[in-house]
Amino acid sequence: MKYKFLALVFSLLLLPAQASDLYRALGEKQGIDDLMASFVLEIAADERVIEHFENVDIERFHRMISQHVCELVGGPCVYEGANMIEVHTGMNITRSEFNAIVENLITAMEQHQLAVSTQNQLLAILAEFHGEIVGR
Amino acid sequence: MLALSVFSLCHTSVLYADDGKLLATGAVTTIEGTSGGGIVPWATLASYAEEGEWGVTVNANFADVEDFQLGVQSINFNYDNRIELSVAQQRLGLNTIGGDLQQDIYGLKLRLYGDLVYGTAPQVAFGIQHKRNKTYALPEAVGARDDSGTDYYVSAAKAWLAGPFDRTWVANYTLRATKANQLGLLGFGGDVNDDYDLVSEASVGMFINRQWLVGAEYRQKPDNLGFAKEYDWRDVFVGWFPNKSVAVVLAYVDLKSIAGLPDQTGAYVSVQVSF
Repeated sequence: MKYKFLALVFSLLLLPAQASDLYRALGEKQGIDDLMASFVLEIAADERVIEHFENVDIERFHRMISQHVCELVGGPCVYEGANMIEVHTGMNITRSEFNAIVENLITAMEQHQLAVSTQNQLLAILAEFHGEIVGR
Repeated sequence: MLALSVFSLCHTSVLYADDGKLLATGAVTTIEGTSGGGIVPWATLASYAEEGEWGVTVNANFADVEDFQLGVQSINFNYDNRIELSVAQQRLGLNTIGGDLQQDIYGLKLRLYGDLVYGTAPQVAFGIQHKRNKTYALPEAVGARDDSGTDYYVSAAKAWLAGPFDRTWVANYTLRATKANQLGLLGFGGDVNDDYDLVSEASVGMFINRQWLVGAEYRQKPDNLGFAKEYDWRDVFVGWFPNKSVAVVLAYVDLKSIAGLPDQTGAYVSVQVSF
């Protein structure tokens, strides 16, 4: 019992310490939610990619991508959605469309006046999914 | 009905110019008319054409060093981000000697595999530059063996989105087989050596932000002519990519000694427009 209690205290102490510098630079959970809201609005206004979002529940998309980004940058979130290959299979996302999405994210990050270093760290993490998203 | 289907066919045609690549990933145009830095061809392909797209880039370069002025104009086609075709005209003004040297360069570059930005593999390309000297009297007089020649090169380039200092970095290495004296402006092959030489060329750059790139380049040169030693070239540059249509480069170039005239340092400017 005593050990369980200690473990709980320890994990509570550990949680904030685990949250990464990037998570904090993005404004933690609220900042990521706001950034992803701007990102989704940019996508919705982009004729190059909007066809892929025609039947998408935008609120759910925003919730899932915020959760996913929060987890990826070391925040205290657990992404509960499907993996990127499953999500994008059958969509035939082209390389140009992937880049268009990257540009939408950059525009959103600029709107939120995030430092170039913060932008680059997030882009580097998300760019890793290129192979799981394009051409599926 | 037919008109409608023809219209929709045109509409969905793969043959449309577009800007599918990310900003600055078409790099700039070298003095030999191909995508790269200023003096080093990169594994990149010019313009912002991605898969199924085509792009055109026109470019002008100008270098002003102690005793010479190099002017270049070029046009460059990219299809599918796979194949690049280029034509460049070079004119080297000989301020102290008088007159000029001219050549045309026909370039072909193929992206073999990899990607500049995504994945772990570098983008690798193979290129050919066929050069035709149009002012061969002087090159012949100083010992050149041919008025035309072909360079073959392999380039590997990689960008790191969050490299050192969490800045985006790009690096390129090019291995070239060449017989060209001073790019070919002094002909090909020579009295000292008439065989192909393998030379290394490298560039590295750091994006301060999305639009501004600073970097340096180094280019090994062969040394085929007995009348004057040929030296390696180097430069430091600043590139500006305000949008996907225009790019501007300013550089400080150190070309060492050319044709026996020492201390050939000076300014370099390049402007390119992509469609």
